Order: sequence, then C-alpha cells, then structure tokens
Amino acid sequence: MTQIELRGIEKFFGAVQVIHNLNLAIADNEFIVLLGQSGCGKTTTLRAIAGLETIDQGDILIDGKAVQHLKAADRDIAMVFQSFSLYPHMTVFENIAFPLRATRMGSGEVDKSVREVARVLRITDLLDKKPSALSGGDMQRVAIGRALVRRPKAMLMDEPIGALDAKLREEMRAEIKRLHVKQGSTTIYVTHDQIEAMSLADRIVIMHEGFIQQVGTPDEVYSHPANLFVAQFVGSPVMNIAEASVADQAGATSVTVGGASTGFEFPHELLSKLNGHAGGGLTLGVRPEGVLVRRDAAPGYMPVEAHIIEPLGSFDVVDLKVGSKVLRARTKAGYVSGPGEKVHARIDPEQAHFFDTASGKSLGVRL
Amino acid sequence: MAHIELRNITKKFGSHTALTGLNLDIADGEFFVLLGETGAGKTTTLRLIAGLEKPTEGQVFIDGVDVANWGAAERDVALVLQQYSLYPRYTVRQNLEFPLKPKIRRLPDAEIKDRVDRAARTLRIEHLLDRKTDRLSGGEMQRVSIGRAIVRKPRVFLMDEPLSALDAKLREALRTELKNLQMQLGATFLFVTHDQIEAMSMGDKVGVLNHGRIVQTGTPHEIYNNPRDTYVASFVGSPPMNLIDGRLVNDRAVMAPMNFELPLTGGAKASGAADGRPLVFGIRPEDVYLESGAPVEARVHDVENHGVEKILTLRVGDTMLRATVPARTDVAIEQPVRFAWNPDKVVLFDKGSGVSLRHAG
Repeated sequence: MTQIELRGIEKFFGAVQVIHNLNLAIADNEFIVLLGQSGCGKTTTLRAIAGLETIDQGDILIDGKAVQHLKAADRDIAMVFQSFSLYPHMTVFENIAFPLRATRMGSGEVDKSVREVARVLRITDLLDKKPSALSGGDMQRVAIGRALVRRPKAMLMDEPIGALDAKLREEMRAEIKRLHVKQGSTTIYVTHDQIEAMSLADRIVIMHEGFIQQVGTPDEVYSHPANLFVAQFVGSPVMNIAEASVADQAGATSVTVGGASTGFEFPHELLSKLNGHAGGGLTLGVRPEGVLVRRDAAPGYMPVEAHIIEPLGSFDVVDLKVGSKVLRARTKAGYVSGPGEKVHARIDPEQAHFFDTASGKSLGVRL
Repeated sequence: MAHIELRNITKKFGSHTALTGLNLDIADGEFFVLLGETGAGKTTTLRLIAGLEKPTEGQVFIDGVDVANWGAAERDVALVLQQYSLYPRYTVRQNLEFPLKPKIRRLPDAEIKDRVDRAARTLRIEHLLDRKTDRLSGGEMQRVSIGRAIVRKPRVFLMDEPLSALDAKLREALRTELKNLQMQLGATFLFVTHDQIEAMSMGDKVGVLNHGRIVQTGTPHEIYNNPRDTYVASFVGSPPMNLIDGRLVNDRAVMAPMNFELPLTGGAKASGAADGRPLVFGIRPEDVYLESGAPVEARVHDVENHGVEKILTLRVGDTMLRATVPARTDVAIEQPVRFAWNPDKVVLFDKGSGVSLRHAG
C-alpha cells in the first residue's frame, strides 16, 4: 500500500528553474508514466522522489509522510536505470541478493526471495551466470529483479528499456506491464516514447519545460489533449494543426483553414460552444483518422486534391491540399490512387479539437 | 535525370562477399529504396554507383552506358549521408555555394545565386541562409546537406540513411518533404535505409536486400501484400506479419504447436500445396480479428496502445500472434478472447525454403 504525493515542487539548477510548482497524487498500485522530451524535467522529478536529488520547495509525501528530508536509502524505494549497473564480478544470484545482504535476513530467506523473483522474471536458469554472459534484455531483467527483491514501497524506472533494440524493447515492455499486473506495486516510469507511455500507463503525466501539461489516462490524453503541445506530442502520424476561421452558414457552421474557398461543415452548436473564440485566434486540430475521405461527392464533404501518399502497410497517409494548408488523412491502403487525384473530404466533428491560438489551450469543445 | 542499371554485380572485400549477382533497374525519375539490415550490402551498392568502389564482377550502366571507366566526378551523382558534413564556420549560403565554386569551370555569379536561392526555397531554408551551420538543428542541417546536393543538378541522388540520426517527429516530416522534393525535381533517387516505414512510405519501388542478394523488388503494395519469402514478410510491416508453422489438412490450416485450426479459401488451396505438407502460414495483424464465436481461444498477452488502434499480442499455448484492433476494443492482460483470420489474406510459405507458394511456381 503506497501512495505518493507531490505538492508544490520547485527545483532549480543554479539559476535555471527545471521544475515549476509540480503537483501530483499517485494512488496505491498505480502505474504512472512521466512522458516528455529530454530536458522536460521528468527524470529530475523521478530522482527527487527517489531522494537522489534535493528539492528547493514543496513536499514529497509517501503514504502521507513527508520524506523530502530523508536519505534515499530510508525512503524504501527501488530504482531501475537505463544503464544496468550490475556488479560484473558477481553472479546473477548475488546481484539480485545484494540488497538483501545489507539487511539481517537469514540466508535461507534470501535464497527463497531471490528464486521467487527469478521465477517471476523467468531468469532462473541464469542465476549462476555472470552479467557479462547475458544479453541486454536479460541484464535489464536482473536489474529489475534486484529492485523487486526488497519488496520496495514503490518502483521508479528511468527509461529502463531505452537502450535496447526495438524488438527486445517491445518484449521487455510487455514483461514490465505483465509484472505490474501480477505483482502490483506503485510504479513511476519515465520515458520519451509515447507508445511506451500509452501502452504501460494507468495515467500519463506529460511534461514540457518543467511544467505538467496534462495528467490523464492514455485515452484522455489521446482523445482530449489539454493543449497544442500534448496534441502534437502524442499520436503518430502527428495531429494536423491549422489556424481556422468560423462562419455561420445556413443552419450549419463552416470552418475554413488555409484560406480555402470553402469551409468544412460542422454542426451549428459549434458556434455557441466556441464561446467568443469564433472571432479569431482559433486553431483547429484533427488527427489523420479524423479526416474522412471519399472518392465520390457526398453531403458535407468538400472537393480536395490529393498530393503525396504514404503507404504504411495496412493503411495509407494521404496529404490533402486544403487552400494553402496540407491536411493528412488516414485511409485504407490503396484507397486514393495517386497524387493529383480529386477526392472529397470532411472533418469528423467528434474528432475535431479547438485551441486558443495564443495560449495553445484546448477550448474543451466536444461535439 | 538518369536511368541506372546494375547487371550481375558481385563485390568482394578480401574473402568477404558483400554482394552476390545483384541486378537492379532504376528507371529515370524513380524513387527507388534499397531496404536491408546493417551489413546487407546497401551502402556498398550505393558506393558502386557513385564510383567510390569498383565491382569484382558485373557492370554499372548510367543511361545505357557502361561507366566502369568513369571516375566519381564524371558520374555526376550526389551523395547525401547520415552525417551532415557541412562546413561549420560557413553560413548556410556559403555551404550551398561551395559545390558550385570549383577552381575550374566556375559558374557565373548570377547563376550561382539563382541556384542557391531556388534550392533554399524548395527546402524552406531561405530564412537560414545567413546563419552559420553550427547554429542549426539536426533537421535544418540535413536540409542544407540536401540543398548542397540539389544545387549541382546531378543526374542521380544517392541517399544513405539521411534521416536515421533525426528524432521520430522530424523523420516523419522529412519523409514527406523528401518525397515532395523528388516529385518536384523529377529526379532519380536511390535511397538506402534499414527502416521499413521509410521504404514503404517513400519508395515508388523497393528492393529488399539480404546478405548481399536482392530478395524481392516491387512496389510497396506488392512487397507488403505478396512477400516473396518469410524474410520479407517479417521484415516489412510494423508489427510484422504473423508466421505460424502448420500444415494443410482437408483444406484447413492446422497449426503445429497447439493444433488449432483455421479455414482457408480457394486462393490459398489453389496454391497447389498437398495435404500434410509442412507450411508456414502468414497473416498480417490487421487480418486477425476478435469475435465471440471465432474458432480459436487465446489469452491477451500484451496490449500496445497507439491511440488510433491497439495492437494485441495473443497467446495460444506458446504461440504468439499479433492482432490490430480498433482503439475502443476493451481488453485486459490475460483476458481470454476468441479470434479468427481473414482467410482471403493468408499467405502460404514452404516450411523448408521459406518461399511463398505464390512465388515458387
């Protein structure tokens, strides 16, 4: 049972503020992913929780108790890094047993704990080997084993699979998730990889320049991004963004991008939901799957010209020229035959996002 | 503008054979992608065309002329590499002008300015022209490198993993830009990469290279839907095609490990495979679907969330297979599910050779 709470955390490196008033409550057993580019403050936040970094302001609470003044060793938290940091002269068994040797645990119990962890991680047959004989994935399994063996209050992981090749990374990601489902422990995981975040997290914390941008389930951050940064950071191919103007048109609302001669048709209630933003400074966001494409004309669809087509196997990404802008649409493979083809497109109102251009904040319009 | 042909090229480095009996035909104005893993021979092929290596056997033709005796300069090709190799103390403009200012046969100043401005406009780096190159981001530097190739108006652009050092978002953007550029210039591009997404998304044609041999050449669509062998099937596509050992029994696919059965349709049966013959059944993840009454039970081993869709790893005994399902599919790890496949989309491979039965005949 471990809850972690961060209250008003501020952190400076010299004159540079790297964390700004960070607040976050993590529930028992929750898998939290801190997601962001390098330099966004995610690793510093993690290290502050672990006690490897001091904070300049705020409280770190573990199960309601402030721990910011405690040493790392007294916080009962385990950390796994990208570099494996195993002892090369010790066997896998001794590496995993190491954290228990410092305690007063009997050797029978140490043996039992190590073997239990090894069984869970499926490395029982490696226990007598030295780290140098292991693959990258196995080394990281051992490092995780060493963290798990103490049954810590929480597991903190800093890009633990970032150094592995793509295939192994997928395998290890699945294992980390499965381990969490099976064992259950409060976990905070740092990565810059949005697929990793989306696949592992109960909730994702997206950070940028020391500020939390959004906290939400994978579905929330994907379907309802709080601002333009989140909108463009999560999802591939990236969300289309375009400045838009809105006009009232015979019972419907028309949304024009790129100075095109016609606009996309939206339900009439959009105008009232935009709440004064219809006048200007409005940015439309729509993911490629929210741009619907047909070969034939249909009500609500406007004629556009296809440009570059990227076949990606099971689907294509088609560039559509809309005025001076390009909107990328996701279609079935081979649906649009080639550049120059005239097709018809509309924007699915349910998948459209509206942002204030100046602040980048989502206006929270849901249609 | 050029048509490139490689005929029966073999290249040895000492006792190591880098390329074996390589044949390639790159049409004028084509965007051709050579796709292969590290060490497959991609860069060697590129260097042979550029004239930086000589083939041990075989011939290189540019516009129908055997260029064996042409030096690198005479071949008039432009190389763009993963490392940018710009002059750090020069401005972007000076870097772009550099290839146009050789000691001999220097172009008139007006012509140089015109070419540099036009390249800058094409690559959208006009605003950077007066900046020193050490002040540029990776993506900007790579644009300048490409600009240096463009200004020369070479016959052929040879690109060796030019996007590999860039981050994912930038790669995604530059993919389209490069394709756009090639269409605008109408130039012949030979693009080398280990990234199958780059190959699929940019290539008019893709050549898959494995251990110094071309395994398959075709449009992205052909390579994806009709892979010649299990190597191509598992290399192209993300996630890759599911490959499951089994045999044909009474016109059904019976999988070896767990004896689960799935139906086949006329197309697969007509491939001429006899009952009982050991095969590998190939099915793309998007052609595997969950359905309550479906023939096979599996457990959900992993869920990869892409937002727009989820990629499930399903486990049947020790056999794992991938299924791409809509984002709204609500599944939990270890949940039992039932699945089927689209029998029209199954590809049959010979177990021994790995060659697709469609290609074997």
